[in-house]
Amino acid sequence: MAYEQMLVPVLEKQALAKNIYRMVLQCRSIAQQAACGQFVHLLPVGCTLRRPISICEINKAAGTLTIVFEVKGTGTDALANVRAGENVDILGPLGHGFTILPEAKHVVVVGGGIGNPPMLSLAQVYGERATAICGFRSANIVTLQDEFHASGAETILCTDDGTAGRQDLVTEPLKEQLAKGDVDMVYACGPRPMLKFVAAAAKEYGVRCEVSMEERMGCGIGACLVCACQLEREGKSVMGHVCKDGPVFPAEEVVW
Amino acid sequence: MANLAVNVAGVSFKNPIIPASGVFGYGREYEKLFPLSELGGIATKGTTGQPRPGNPAPRIAETPSGMLNSVGLQNPGIDAFLERELPNLLTKDTVILANIAGSTVEECVSIAEKLDETDVHMIELNISCPNVKKGGAAFGVHCESAEMITAAVRKATKKPLIVKLSPNVTSITDIAKAVESAGADSVSLINTLLGMRINIENRRPILRNNVGGMSGPAVFPIAVRMVWQVAQAVSIPVIGMGGVSSGTDAIEMMMAGASAVQIGAAIFTDPYAPVRIISEMNDWLDAHHIASVQEIIGTVQPW
Repeated sequence: MAYEQMLVPVLEKQALAKNIYRMVLQCRSIAQQAACGQFVHLLPVGCTLRRPISICEINKAAGTLTIVFEVKGTGTDALANVRAGENVDILGPLGHGFTILPEAKHVVVVGGGIGNPPMLSLAQVYGERATAICGFRSANIVTLQDEFHASGAETILCTDDGTAGRQDLVTEPLKEQLAKGDVDMVYACGPRPMLKFVAAAAKEYGVRCEVSMEERMGCGIGACLVCACQLEREGKSVMGHVCKDGPVFPAEEVVW
Repeated sequence: MANLAVNVAGVSFKNPIIPASGVFGYGREYEKLFPLSELGGIATKGTTGQPRPGNPAPRIAETPSGMLNSVGLQNPGIDAFLERELPNLLTKDTVILANIAGSTVEECVSIAEKLDETDVHMIELNISCPNVKKGGAAFGVHCESAEMITAAVRKATKKPLIVKLSPNVTSITDIAKAVESAGADSVSLINTLLGMRINIENRRPILRNNVGGMSGPAVFPIAVRMVWQVAQAVSIPVIGMGGVSSGTDAIEMMMAGASAVQIGAAIFTDPYAPVRIISEMNDWLDAHHIASVQEIIGTVQPW
C-alpha cells in the first residue's frame, strides 16, 4: 500500500454544525490510492503529533478527498482554523479499509455521531443496494443527510432525543433490516458501545460485520505501535494496531 | 557537500543521524518513503526475551511542544527479531543498533549472547525505559545496578556496546561514569522524561498507564545540557537524542559533545525528518565552510 506526505490545498471548508467541519482537499495522487474506510493523518499547525481523520468522500476524477471532523481538542481546533485556499500537511492514504462486496444485494451502513462521515463513501459505492442508518444525539448535530440521500441509499435518520428522524438507537432499525434476511454485510463506525451492539446484532443474524475503530495515534503507518487494540485471531489474543491492522476490523476480531 | 561521516566506538557511520529505538519499528514502514541507506544508522525497537504485548491504549498524548508515550516495549521477542527482521535490516547498507530492553540481567545477557552470533553492528542496552514496571529504568537509576548490568552484558558480547541512559536521575554523569567503568563503549542519552497529563473532565490520566515518557522539542534543552555534562565526564563517545527536530538542532547537539544524533518524536511530526535533518546539516556545514561534521563535535565554548 502506497502512502505519501505532502502539503495540499484546502479547496472548500465549511462548518456543518457546531464544532463539526467539512473540508475538501486537493490531493490527486492520494485520492487515486484511497479506499473507503481509510484515513489521512493531518498535522495541525503548532502540534507535534498528527491527527487521524477518516475519509468521508473519495472523488478520483476530481482528485479530491472530503473529510468531516469534530473539534475535540487543540489539534482538531487548529485544523478547523485552516481556511479554504490554505494548505494542510497530509500523510495518506493510511490503514486498512472496508471490504467491498461487488456482488452484494443489500448492505447496511451504520454511523453514530462523528462516525457517520466514513459511512458516506460506502453508501456512494453501494448506492441503492445500501441502507444507511445515521444516528445522532440530537437534531443540532445531524449532518450529511443530503449527501446520504443523493447516494441513492435508503437513509434512516435516528436521534437519541427524537428531535430529528426516529427516536431510536441505531440498533433498532438495524435489527429491522437484518430481519428481512437479505443483508450481506453490516458496516459500522461510531462510539465503541454502539459498535459493540451493532456487532452483536449482526452476529445474532449471522451476517458479516466490519467496524471502524478509533485510537490515539503516533506515526500512523504501523511503526511506533502506539494505537494498540486488543484482538482475537484464530482463538489467540493479539495486540493489533488501529493504524495498520485497522481502522476497519472484522467485528468478530475485536475484544469488546 | 560536507563530509558527514562519523565514527562511534570504532563503527563508521555515513552520517550522524539515527532514528531512535521505538519510533521506527524495523524500518519497513519508512522504507516506503525513503531508502534506509540514506540513514547513518537505525536503532531497532527494544527487544525482550519473550514477545511483549505492551500496555493498554491510550499510549500517547500531545503535550506543549512534545508528547508522552507509554507503549510499554511491545515487541515480538528476540527470536522473532533475529528470524524475521534482522536479516532484512542487514541488507540495507546502514548501521544497525539492536536495542535490548530486558527486565532482568539474565534476560539482557541471553539476548546479547544471541545478538553476538549475528552480523548486527552495535548493541544498545536500554536501562532507561520508563514504561515498564519491572527492570527497564530500575537498572538505570542507580550507579550500582547500571554498572552491574552493563558488566554482565559486556561479558556476553564483543559487539560495540552502547548503554542508553535515563534522564530521570539525580546525576546522569555518575551513571554514565559507572557504565563506562563497566565496559560500555558508548552511551546514548536521553531516554524520555517521566510525565503525566490528566483529562480534567473525567479526572482520568490520558494515558492508560497513568504516566509515560515525555519527548519532543520541549525536552531538547534538557537533552543538550545532559549530553554536554556527560560528554565532559566520560571519555567514550556520546550519542545525543531528545527533541532534535532540525539540522541546526543536530548541529547544536553535536557541539554539546554528541558524536551521533538519534531522532525520535520529530518523525511523528514529519515522517521524512531523519533525511531532512541530514540535508539541513549538510547545508549548515556548507554555509559555514566546514568540511567535515566531525570538526564540530564537542566544540561548544562555555562561558
